[in-house]
Amino acid sequence: MDLIWEGISQAFWLLIRGDPEVVRVTLLTLQVSGSATLLSVLIGIPLGTVLALTRFPGRSLAISLVNTGMGLPPVVVGLFVAVMLWRNGPFGFFGIMYSPLAMVIAQVVIAGPLVTGLTTAAIQQLPPMLRLQIEALGASRWQMVLLLMREAKLPLLAALIAGFGGVVSEIGASMMVGGNILGQTRVLTTATAMEVSKGNFGLAMALGIILLVVAYLVNLVFTMAQQRGRPQP
Amino acid sequence: MKKLAVLIALFGILSMACAGIAAGPGAPSAANPPKPANPDLILATTTSTQDSGLLDVIIPMFEQQTGYKVKTIAVGTGAAMTMGERGEADVLLVHAPDSEVKFVKDGHGINRQLVMHNDFIIVGPAADSAKIKGVKTAKEALQKIAGAKAVFISRGDNSGTEQLEKKIWKLTGIDPANQSWYQQTGQGMGATLNVASDKAAYTISDRATYLATKSRTSLDILVEGDKDLVNIYHVMQVNPQKSAKINADGAKAFVDFMVSKSTQDTVAKFGVDKFGQALFFADAGKDETKLGQ
Repeated sequence: MDLIWEGISQAFWLLIRGDPEVVRVTLLTLQVSGSATLLSVLIGIPLGTVLALTRFPGRSLAISLVNTGMGLPPVVVGLFVAVMLWRNGPFGFFGIMYSPLAMVIAQVVIAGPLVTGLTTAAIQQLPPMLRLQIEALGASRWQMVLLLMREAKLPLLAALIAGFGGVVSEIGASMMVGGNILGQTRVLTTATAMEVSKGNFGLAMALGIILLVVAYLVNLVFTMAQQRGRPQP
Repeated sequence: MKKLAVLIALFGILSMACAGIAAGPGAPSAANPPKPANPDLILATTTSTQDSGLLDVIIPMFEQQTGYKVKTIAVGTGAAMTMGERGEADVLLVHAPDSEVKFVKDGHGINRQLVMHNDFIIVGPAADSAKIKGVKTAKEALQKIAGAKAVFISRGDNSGTEQLEKKIWKLTGIDPANQSWYQQTGQGMGATLNVASDKAAYTISDRATYLATKSRTSLDILVEGDKDLVNIYHVMQVNPQKSAKINADGAKAFVDFMVSKSTQDTVAKFGVDKFGQALFFADAGKDETKLGQ
């Protein structure tokens, strides 16, 4: 129990003092997971919409693959991306192993299926008659897609929130492709794991609390946007 | 829909703003260090050098002196050497002499140099149900632990520590695998010490990690000072002939740095301020066979 108090007070002082190392690690966490979420949304929402609205052979297979991808273990993703990006791996010539960019790639592999799968479900749960109605009113194909997305705004924001939550909290992939390098690829989760391994439980707890606070603040913004647009009964 | 787009755009701007700020304090502040042609250097090393805090002191020194930017990957000695074997690391700082000799003999490593040593210790609960306190040799201590069927926690991760542990089990003639009292964590030294402390079990630890985590565990040093328990660290370059991508110049610079006088002085003093005793003995240029005697 004493560790929880120690963690809370240490987190408080680290934030008040603006400890440069903690600030850097926190900003890198937001940068990496924020970029990964952004890319996942840019890929996942169009892809999920296509899966929801079109009919093509192999569509069920594609959706089931995406749904499986929603539960990919981060450490497996990390291993796979690492093997690809190693110097002597197929994409080694990019030289991006152990960089924040490599972490973003791994996190997009984790969050992409989450956003895609939840988008497909969001669009599919709209009443089927809605589509007919929009078409009957003479909307073009693009207008219809945009209107459907607008109708599904709440679950689409939930997809974004799930994607961000999935990557900001993962550790296996970030550790493997980032390497937890001081000043380069150390993020809040990998720093926490390292401090646990060093036996600095108080500091580890403090980093964990900072991660929770940061995740809360980001989600607060999303949730406010989501709930403001909620259709009034 | 528009709001969603605006939100996504805002999110993007935020991420990039963070990128700008993050890049700011990360820039090197050193007074004009040299600029090597290929500044990226991958050091694969053991968790004990990181968990003890030694790397946090010497890596910035090296970067400032030479201008290289070190990517330190702290894994077990086994994993570090596999990375070297695959050409995925440039230089290794490890502590499993028998495996290292084989590594060099097989053509994976060159320029292997003695850096430092400390010692392994057998730690356990103060109650000491297997009565190993004061036993002279590690071999005898493990025999007593096995005889008492007292819980023993092994790293189980092919680290240098586990390799040493296995070597001593071999001396005892006992095969602990599959025994109910023999448990493997598969984790680093710090985590393994926590598990041992929690289970009131015995384990073998390097002294540096034990001291660094001592305030959080309830384990006592029970056996120490046996010549079989000496823990020797070497630095070596990965053989640059393995792959054109290996940074041979950087690796050589790191080896030279580790055995240089100023680094050796830093190693010898490391830990005195925090633990009241040095965590490592600086050994560059000494005769390895005479260590720990």
